[in-house]
Amino acid sequence: MKLLTHNMLTSKCLKGVTVGYPLAIVAKDIKVSEVDFNSEFIARIIPKLDWATLWKAAESIGHVGELPQTLVEDFEENEDFLKKVHHILLEVEVINGDLLCPESGRKFPINDGIPNMLLNEDEV
Amino acid sequence: MIGIPKKYLLWFAHEHVDFRIAEIESICEMYDIKVTTILRPDEYPYWIIESDSEDAVKKIASRSISLRSCIELWGDGGSHEDLHRSLKEYPQGNMRLHLNNEKSFKVIVETFCKHFSQDEKIKKIESFSYLPIEGPVNLRNPDTALMYIEYYGLDPNTIPDKPYHLFFGRLVADGQRQLIRKLSLKTRNFIGNTSMDPQLSLIMANQAQVKNGDLILDPFVGSGSLLVAASQFGGYTLGTDIDYLMLHARTRPSRISQKTRGKDESIASNMKQYGTSSYYIDVLVTDFSLPVWRSDMRVDAIITDPPYGIREATERVGTIKRQPVIDQHQVASHIPSKIDYGLPQMFVDLLSFAANHLCINGRLVCWFPLFREHYADEQLPSHPCLQLIANSEQILSTYTSRRLLTYKKIRDPQDDDPIDDSNVLDFRVRYFGHGDETRKERRMKRAEQRAKNKENWEKNIKSKTAR
Ligand SMILES: C[S@@+](CC[C@H](N)C(=O)[O-])C[C@H]1O[C@@H](n2cnc3c(N)ncnc32)[C@H](O)[C@@H]1O
Repeated sequence: MKLLTHNMLTSKCLKGVTVGYPLAIVAKDIKVSEVDFNSEFIARIIPKLDWATLWKAAESIGHVGELPQTLVEDFEENEDFLKKVHHILLEVEVINGDLLCPESGRKFPINDGIPNMLLNEDEV
Repeated sequence: MIGIPKKYLLWFAHEHVDFRIAEIESICEMYDIKVTTILRPDEYPYWIIESDSEDAVKKIASRSISLRSCIELWGDGGSHEDLHRSLKEYPQGNMRLHLNNEKSFKVIVETFCKHFSQDEKIKKIESFSYLPIEGPVNLRNPDTALMYIEYYGLDPNTIPDKPYHLFFGRLVADGQRQLIRKLSLKTRNFIGNTSMDPQLSLIMANQAQVKNGDLILDPFVGSGSLLVAASQFGGYTLGTDIDYLMLHARTRPSRISQKTRGKDESIASNMKQYGTSSYYIDVLVTDFSLPVWRSDMRVDAIITDPPYGIREATERVGTIKRQPVIDQHQVASHIPSKIDYGLPQMFVDLLSFAANHLCINGRLVCWFPLFREHYADEQLPSHPCLQLIANSEQILSTYTSRRLLTYKKIRDPQDDDPIDDSNVLDFRVRYFGHGDETRKERRMKRAEQRAKNKENWEKNIKSKTAR
């Protein structure tokens, strides 16, 4: 699971949970791999992100690096910044671990990079 | 390169005919290209268009899967005499740009629905000896490729002596049919029983107008064929599926020759195989009937093939027990029970999901199964925020077909939007019929039908995709 996905994901499917965001990450294995940099994509995705959530998620798994805590202005032209965002969104991947619902503590396991958000029938 | 309008011949593959217009229109809209249609016979594999920009025509070819080649038309006619007359009338100056002693050339002869030997084809070329061809022949990599096409109609049982229509011109660009071979399921690392064939997957990506840097979602991702196609055009891809074993490639292998699944089989490995790993974001195990995404999450396109309940179950997590209890010690290993997820409800959910999560002008491209006899336009799923802009049929059997529906989001949903779920008939209810039999009779009949339908369906799909 990449942090881009994490930024969009909630546990509001759970009975009684209304916001379910952001999910906490317990990372057991993390893989960092090289992904082609596409400044257009990154510049288009940044406005869709919840920046505080991204920063906290990056910090919680020990990969915050030089990512600024607040979003910089005029980022479209700032290649250096776009590259940092690119790295944290697409190159850092949680391979095994858990996602935790912030309201109920329910665990959603991540195996082989694939989060399992399925619920049991008594939870829906 | 804006100039005087020129005529171009769009020469198509004679396959998925009902998808052609929609595909070309979609590509033209995506690139904001305006062309004038001069001739567009319904069934025939050619159109004649007019455009003042060769670049525009090249852009169409750079995306189209239906298109075989695009030709700057120098002459055409319904007989040899007409063709030669029109060719002789074509401005010599235009020809000279591409035919002079510095330009190497070759001539390609194509005959549609009739076979000719190489010798016969060379004879045909000789009839054009009056053209100002001066440069050296280069069969591999010519500066100018000329194309001569004889069209003998569509019916292989009544091939006429003389062609119905003849065309001559300069090859401008080929379409993207090589991608069909590149993405062939035969050589793909990971496939499932319901993998979509590459040609239709690529057409879907065109219907969705996937562009570089778009975010694309398939909520019923299966083995990821649609994401593979979208990533070819620069789409960043996300997928979800209820089937844990499918996403982890632990289902039974889909190839007869294969006993066990390879260790590295996955959607991610397919992306790697085609060099589009950078465009793979994630896949997740989720039940589409329940929300998992932030409500303000927006994607540029949703491309999907929802389950029809024939080859795979349409199901969601749930139970009909009033108060389900799962013992604490069972929780970790418990596989949730599933209940039937009716087709009408699933499409209502899909359209409403698209209305909420697409960007304005973003597209939903999805298959919809039908019982042909009962088809009526009004039956198609609808939503006040989505405009149906294309509807192409692929016939699967005498009774059944599926339609590729393309919707465009025209506005954001409002609280008082009416929910319309009345007009989507359950394909399976119609498919399996229902009368006054007892429940048991009906159940047995259905089981029989299901087995038979499944067999037919698979046969059909196979013959449809084998070509
Ligand atoms: C027709 S297949 C899609 C095939 C896919 N296009 C491919 O190329 O492999 C439909 C998929 O929907 C999944 N599905 C069925 N019910 C679902 C649900 N409630 N939520 C999410 N996925 C579901 C099935 O597991 C199946 O993989």
